[in-house]
Amino acid sequence: MNVLDASEISLRDINTTLQNAANTRRNEAYEIVNPRGSHAIAVGLDGPISVTIKGSTGYYCAGMNKDASVTVEGSAGPGVAENMMSGVVTIEGDASQYAGATGHGGLLNIKGNASSRCGISMKGIDIVVHGNIGHMSAFMAQKGNLVVLGDAGDALGDSLYEAQLFVRGSVKSLGADCVEKEVRPEHLELLADLLKQAGADASPQEFRRYGSARELYNFNIDHAGEY
Amino acid sequence: MCGIVGLFLKKDALHPHLGDMLTDMLITMTDRGPDSAGIAIYGEAGDGLKITLQSDTPEVDFAGLKEDLSETLCVPLTLKRVDTHAVLTVPIQAKDAAVAALEDRGLRVMGAGTSMEIYKEVGLPKDVAARFGIREMGGSHGIGHTRMATESAVTTLGAHPFSTADDQCLVHNGSLSNHNQMRRTLARKGVFTKTENDTEVGAAYIASRIEDGTPLGEALEGTLDDLDGFFTFVTGTRNGFGVVRDPIACKPAVMAETDDYVAFASEYRAFADLPGIETARVWEPEPATVYFWER
Repeated sequence: MNVLDASEISLRDINTTLQNAANTRRNEAYEIVNPRGSHAIAVGLDGPISVTIKGSTGYYCAGMNKDASVTVEGSAGPGVAENMMSGVVTIEGDASQYAGATGHGGLLNIKGNASSRCGISMKGIDIVVHGNIGHMSAFMAQKGNLVVLGDAGDALGDSLYEAQLFVRGSVKSLGADCVEKEVRPEHLELLADLLKQAGADASPQEFRRYGSARELYNFNIDHAGEY
Repeated sequence: MCGIVGLFLKKDALHPHLGDMLTDMLITMTDRGPDSAGIAIYGEAGDGLKITLQSDTPEVDFAGLKEDLSETLCVPLTLKRVDTHAVLTVPIQAKDAAVAALEDRGLRVMGAGTSMEIYKEVGLPKDVAARFGIREMGGSHGIGHTRMATESAVTTLGAHPFSTADDQCLVHNGSLSNHNQMRRTLARKGVFTKTENDTEVGAAYIASRIEDGTPLGEALEGTLDDLDGFFTFVTGTRNGFGVVRDPIACKPAVMAETDDYVAFASEYRAFADLPGIETARVWEPEPATVYFWER
């Protein structure tokens, strides 16, 4: 195990070391100690590497992740796994606002709660939140799956495109053009797979599915107030 | 951006370390706003009322001020000078006369209260804290702010905290978009602000609601309806502090609680040196919800 101490090594050096190791594609394991809520830890990893961060992180941890596996053994600040391409990012604690924003692929696994705007503009990422999510989550979400074992806040899926949202608990309110949809066998299969990948103890049958009513796709003057 | 910190100590044994802990938290937030910094610190409440005043020319203005005020006010008083600030302690009933006498002399009143003192100046948190010796100050709780100026100039009067009532003050991360309209509305009620600053209007709004007899909690709830814009507000009170975020809540806020303290900050980074933070309960306050932590 390679250990990098963030209280002694600069952020730039830590990220350069991790990025170079990822590029070798040897699937090495790294541990970051003393993160102390620093910003932009383990960003831009482009290759198989396993990074464990021993504590809480600040803004934009694990951004643009590709192929790498990043685990935060604490909570993550705003914008964790932003624009993630593939790989797995696991947050043992809570995630702050806009977790997984614009993510194209991979799995973001949040063991605690996620704050507002979780999965905003997601473009293919899978996000599993074991706790609750805040308001305006999956706003303009285009593709991918958001699975929430707890409750969702206000305006879930506002102006949603083709992302699928699965919530086990209550939904405080749905956003414009987001509606509940029937859960078909293929959705149960998808859920079972995502829950298994995330190590979540829940049954696919307990979830309700939400998606786009597709009423806002084409401009209609009667909907002007909805935009 | 702006950075906010708050610390409320549950154990008396920690009180002597308040200034030190709060200073470290605020310095960590420096890169959220390097323009000006300020701290409101709540120490032991004495018999009198403490009025924190400020002057840009303290050498001239504070020389002989104590004797001069004694003569004008005819009450027992003390004056503690700290760099550009001074804390005048007078009997509570002499407050109005004391404030009038200070303003007559062109001095700025930063706030008043039985336990609250406010220190704020242009500059980095580490420099501002050193000028006022914040590290050496004890107390039960305090709030601090480091500013990235948006809505008004970088001046001492534009620095936070802003006093809202005796022993109450406000710090703000965000920007208000209806502050000019609200400033005119308040002026019609006879509540006047001194600067172009948006947060001062927020503070004046809360102060005017309190003046009308509204409890602080309701006045803070009122900000959700009457103030337009982005805000995470932290308000210091005689007994603790309160937090409210606008319904959109894009301005960050994180809280931590242990058996020893309750802490607030714009970012988790500010908590990194707090004792026992590894096992503390850490969470984000909900949007459009008023919280208080008080003894």
